[in-house]
Amino acid sequence: MHSEKASVWLKIAAWGGLVFLHFPIFIIALYAFNTEESAFSFPPPGLTTKWFAVAFSRADVLDSILLSLQIACIATVIAMILGTLAAAALYRRNFFGKESITLMLILPIALPGIITGLALLSAFKTLDVSPGVMTIVIGHATFCVVIVYNNVVARFRRTSHSLIEASMDLGADGWQTFRYIILPNLGTAMLAGGMLAFALSFDELIVTTFTAGHEKPLPIWLLNQLTRPRDVPVTNVVALMVMLVTMIPVLLAYLLTKGGEDVAGSGK
Amino acid sequence: MNAAADMNAAPRRSLLGRFSDFLYRRPTFYLLLLLVPPLLWFGAVYIASLLSLLWQSFYTFDDFTMLVSHTLTLANYAQLFQPANFDIIVRTLTMALAVSLFSALIAFPVAYYMARYATGRTKAFFYIAVMLPMWTSYIVKAYAWTLLLAKEGVTSWFIHLLGLDAVLEFLLGIPGIGGNTLSTSNIGRFFVFTYIWLPFMILPIQAALERLPPSLLQASSDLGANPWRTFRHVIFPLAIPGIAAGSIFTFSLTLGDYIVPQLVGPPGLFLGNMVYVQQGAIGNMPMAAAFTLVPIVLIAVYLSIVKRLGAFDAL
Repeated sequence: MHSEKASVWLKIAAWGGLVFLHFPIFIIALYAFNTEESAFSFPPPGLTTKWFAVAFSRADVLDSILLSLQIACIATVIAMILGTLAAAALYRRNFFGKESITLMLILPIALPGIITGLALLSAFKTLDVSPGVMTIVIGHATFCVVIVYNNVVARFRRTSHSLIEASMDLGADGWQTFRYIILPNLGTAMLAGGMLAFALSFDELIVTTFTAGHEKPLPIWLLNQLTRPRDVPVTNVVALMVMLVTMIPVLLAYLLTKGGEDVAGSGK
Repeated sequence: MNAAADMNAAPRRSLLGRFSDFLYRRPTFYLLLLLVPPLLWFGAVYIASLLSLLWQSFYTFDDFTMLVSHTLTLANYAQLFQPANFDIIVRTLTMALAVSLFSALIAFPVAYYMARYATGRTKAFFYIAVMLPMWTSYIVKAYAWTLLLAKEGVTSWFIHLLGLDAVLEFLLGIPGIGGNTLSTSNIGRFFVFTYIWLPFMILPIQAALERLPPSLLQASSDLGANPWRTFRHVIFPLAIPGIAAGSIFTFSLTLGDYIVPQLVGPPGLFLGNMVYVQQGAIGNMPMAAAFTLVPIVLIAVYLSIVKRLGAFDAL
């Protein structure tokens, strides 16, 4: 029969799976403090924090970080606007072509990045647009829309329509209802979607390699370091930083979207 | 704004208020207004790009002058079936299937424990612990594995510690999956792929198991089934849609990847590398475009198979 306690083997397999998922991340964190300069031997012969100072004094590292932050911010804003609009349009009404629109939103993230990347590159070439910051942003915004859309549409579906009707019955006009009922309710979902979109854009590599031209956002900088191994310690430090920069918004997004059933009258 | 609307409405204060009332009365117009910006963006940027890519796959590439001419041809598609190119397709497809299968195997216990036994804080912990690696930087995860698999790196240290050197030697000696070192073998590449896409498999399985009503399990045991039979005949069949949903990600992501094959594993191109090489080093955009159709077709076929397994309801 189904017992209430998990068997020892299941526990080992489950926790073992978690260890497997986190061990490489732990290794990245460990090697960022490695004193050894050119090898990956384990265990590291000693630990130091000096590489952080070295990494942060490198102009190319700083340029790449700033560029990635800039791209992620612009792409996130575009994705938040388009994703929220799409969610507002699609969550309630059924109409001809709705399924195709949803599919179209998902496609850039469902198809391998290489297809999206090459398609954008071929279009830019045809139109004689030279690759640069703007082309990277266009690519990122396109696949980030669905992230915001998913978060916002889930919140829309969870929001009871009776809240909106109540507001209208009590004499609020459409704008007031939007301003005081819908927007406060959507806010955290939009923010969470934006955070995830930011994380996704900040470390996206595959589409970026096609649209970046000569620009070097952080993931491309990292990739260049890997295929031509030099200054290993700086690479280790940057890898740790990229990981932290993407983890923090993801954690925040989780905190923003968990719960939320406490809005009065939102039960269905 | 028409006169009738103004008469039966209370006097409105702001222009915004009046405008929103107007939208409320014309839901179709409102819907269009909401849809136009995203549709314009996706139509102009994305769909147009995909179509331009498809169109370019029919252009002619002159091997001699290395130039692309706008003469339409099917030659690029015919070339896909040349043995060398066909090998690439088979190599990538095999890896994608193996990775999907193996990650389902590792993911299942984690998902099962999360869905059926973990409660409260443990459950939240598991959820975050699976979600964080999923979102952390792809390139950093790939880099971590080049550290792990490096000669005298972490993996070989552990294998040595556990006295399993002979097992490693044996695995690396198997033709097809082995190689000189872990980082140049197919088995190393296979582990990296499995690692990177594993969370995409855990979460859909967990969601499918979460929906499984406990009463079914009680009924099964009341009817005399032992835990193994309950698992075999009740739990596992109901988890299949989740596994199928997860495998969509592992399959499609492996199929299109070109960074991991570059960093880990033996020489020999993957589909993604071929696309990248064709458009970059060779400048043969038509051939690259034709190659991108291969993963699209394979994914479409795969989707139609897993759809029958109920994958779409478990997404």
